[in-house]
Amino acid sequence: MDFIKEADVVVVGGGVVGCAILRELSKYDVKCVLLEKEPDVACGTTKANSAILHAGFDAPTGSNKAIMNVLGNRLYHQLEDELDLDIKWTGSLVVATNDEEVETLKELLERGKNNGVPDLAILNREEVLAKEPNLTTAVAALWAPTAGVCWPFEAALRFAQCAMQNGAEVIRNCRVTGFVKEDGKIIAVETNLGVIKTKCVVNAAGVYADEIAHLAGDDSFKIHPRKGEYILFDKTVCNDLVYGVVFPTPAKNSKGILVCTTTHGNTFIGPNANDMDDKEDTSVTAPGMDQIIASARKLIPNLPMGAAITEFAGLRAVSDNGDFVLGASCVEGLFNAAGMQSPGLTAAPAVAEEIAEAVAKYLPMNKKADFKAALPKQVHFTRLTDSEKADLIAKEPLFGRVICRCETVTEGEIVAAIKAPCGATTVDAVKRRTRAGMGRCQGGFCGPRVTQILARELGISVADVLKERKDSHLYYEKTDVKGGQE
Amino acid sequence: MKELKDLYDIVIVGGGPAGLSAAYSAWQNGAKSVLVIERDRELGGILQQCIHNGFGLHHFKEELTGPGYAHRCIELVKDKSEIECLTDTMVLSVEKDKTVVAVSPDHGLIKVKGKTVILTMGCRERTRGAIRIPGERPAGVFTAGAAQRMVNMEGYIPGHKIVILGSGDIGLIMARRMSLEGCKVQAVLEICPFSNGLTRNIVQCLNDYNIPLYLSHTIVKIHGKDRVNGITVAKVDEKMRPIPGTEFDIDCDTVLLSVGLIPENELSRGLDLKMHPLTNGPVVDQHRQTSLPGFYAAGNVVHVHDLVDFVSEEAEIAGKFAALEAQGKLDGNTKFVTVTAEKGVRTCVPQCLNLPEAGEQVRLFMRVANPERKVKLVVKSGDNVILQRMLPVAKPSEMIAVDIPAAKTELIGSSLTVFLDKEA
Repeated sequence: MDFIKEADVVVVGGGVVGCAILRELSKYDVKCVLLEKEPDVACGTTKANSAILHAGFDAPTGSNKAIMNVLGNRLYHQLEDELDLDIKWTGSLVVATNDEEVETLKELLERGKNNGVPDLAILNREEVLAKEPNLTTAVAALWAPTAGVCWPFEAALRFAQCAMQNGAEVIRNCRVTGFVKEDGKIIAVETNLGVIKTKCVVNAAGVYADEIAHLAGDDSFKIHPRKGEYILFDKTVCNDLVYGVVFPTPAKNSKGILVCTTTHGNTFIGPNANDMDDKEDTSVTAPGMDQIIASARKLIPNLPMGAAITEFAGLRAVSDNGDFVLGASCVEGLFNAAGMQSPGLTAAPAVAEEIAEAVAKYLPMNKKADFKAALPKQVHFTRLTDSEKADLIAKEPLFGRVICRCETVTEGEIVAAIKAPCGATTVDAVKRRTRAGMGRCQGGFCGPRVTQILARELGISVADVLKERKDSHLYYEKTDVKGGQE
Repeated sequence: MKELKDLYDIVIVGGGPAGLSAAYSAWQNGAKSVLVIERDRELGGILQQCIHNGFGLHHFKEELTGPGYAHRCIELVKDKSEIECLTDTMVLSVEKDKTVVAVSPDHGLIKVKGKTVILTMGCRERTRGAIRIPGERPAGVFTAGAAQRMVNMEGYIPGHKIVILGSGDIGLIMARRMSLEGCKVQAVLEICPFSNGLTRNIVQCLNDYNIPLYLSHTIVKIHGKDRVNGITVAKVDEKMRPIPGTEFDIDCDTVLLSVGLIPENELSRGLDLKMHPLTNGPVVDQHRQTSLPGFYAAGNVVHVHDLVDFVSEEAEIAGKFAALEAQGKLDGNTKFVTVTAEKGVRTCVPQCLNLPEAGEQVRLFMRVANPERKVKLVVKSGDNVILQRMLPVAKPSEMIAVDIPAAKTELIGSSLTVFLDKEA
């Protein structure tokens, strides 16, 4: 058999969980490769969720979710600096609007304590209003100071970049089509690009994790996509709507529709929760938007709907039993990190440690002495002081050209995002890395310019630049013009 | 590379038709140093991508294309030693002490101060997100202006089978433009029961190309995972809600949005200028001075205009008075008047007046809320009717201008209202 590559561990899926696992594996003396079917990492659940680093009071005590959540939350406090992550430790409130809900808060408080969540407290109305003046309907709230908000795409990318800095490899546009087994044991992964020899596989394939497991012969679980829709607001218009994470008292199959700040200072409302059949259906719906607006208004009656700048939806990867599916599969050489719905983002670094330990026992593998934990700091032009800005432009003039007006993103930052390890190759990939196009005009001004910068830096035609997925062309050559002749 | 001064008579933010017209007018009125700061690689603003004709009939008394109009404006300011223009330079902030902070690859970080500042940042397009169109989020959904830039300036088309949502002027112009590029424009959809574009554009851009205009219709779903592959459309009721059962599909690979323009006022908000909730621009007096002394504003940043000619006219007012103020020649006016749009008139600019004792001719620009026929426009101060005019037709898409002669401004008290008298 011809192999395009040989590895010790192949990670399937480049979401935040797969990337965190890749980073953890890169601490060991093994060759690890991550395969992502899309043109960029973090294109599935990771790019469309609530971005919350949960405190950990929600999941049943003793569940994988509860254990990994509390541990993961602690790990992010450490990773924040190492990986230069944008995290705001805002704390979270679960708001009760009547006495019945206050009883639920007490249950959550008790569960949280059992889960090992530190410093939980129930606040009275005055204390809630002191934190969040717009929560005019609150009678009490559960306060969890260890919760925060992050930028999930950035977390995934920085995990991947840290792994790459330690010798791991990320292959994008690479779809797993099957596995080669010998004596029941996985020895290679078949992909659209060719066969990759490996000693074991970690399945972090998000909503497709059950299908990947099935390809390997593990039918022990199913993943059901559960859609959540969101509405995002302009940050300049409503940056003081809420200052942190605000949950209603929880509903049956989700934590409810929340009003929440983002790490970049926008506010969003959502998500609702609808079980789907289609694992690709991330469309937003009129009834869905009506539902989240109505629910959010119960928390914040004066919601400024005119300041909405975009709507989006993501799919949660929900397992049969509702918990994470973690560890060695029934198929030798396969490890699952599946069913990673909320608090999957928070849990990701803890899950990574758990999986890496399991893989270490299987292979075996040993920790490297020279693991480089810290990544170089990112340049955010808009956060620099005036003299830092002046110095940077003097050194690199492209930082003096602002491409995205709404978010003040410079050409220098965009070129850096394209040239970085696991660099941007699409317009949406640039947007996720730099925020160009994330503001109130949603790329109306900078979109064509970003497209042209990508074409120039990648050495391709503007007509070949993609928005996101493989057939998402943005522009076409004019049909009747033969270039350059008057 | 130009050596910049520390202090200018006037710093103008934005080098489109408003900024350039303001600069020229300031020069005509004696300003000795004017700096125009433009973010794009050339002056002229959005006009440079508007390669169709129909510009300049009022202002230059001849019909020009967008770049033609821009060229005229550029010709007026170039080679004047008192006017400097910076391109490829983005203003990051404007401080209350009239320091303007900007960056460019050539000049690095720039800090200049004006005795006065004129804000002429223009406007931007409303997006899909602002109007909450359901469906997937594939490639192929563009604002009409972004598509226009690609087609007319960069030489690429956004797709081949086009549907345009919104019958604003840019949408209508793009319907014709895409047809001329060999694309098939399947439909123009308008959620209102009337078009939001100029009548001449309906005729010249849709009717002449057999492009259907669906009034009271909107998109209820965008289809396509990677690239748009169709839309579902529905008729809407009088509250603009889709009517169940009226849905139909249109085959297309591109959706262009022409659903409104929003004055670009992030810098104005940074200055805490008093803003008007309906124009989305700063509140200005008849000289286009904002609520902050020494700061003027003109053009689409104040209110979205129908014709660039009126943008120039407004900017010339701002340029003149900013120049007079910079030279210490502006007399303190004594009579403050609030101007309020009521009953059928949606907006009126200026929103206040600072009148001298002797009176001063004032021009009011208004837009009506709904299409009307045979109505009387009334300008009243207290019980005094200052002016009235019969309007055979009034459309929200077309600005109405009325002049109040200097002599009549003496009759104005502390407030002025403009409204439509429909009983007339």
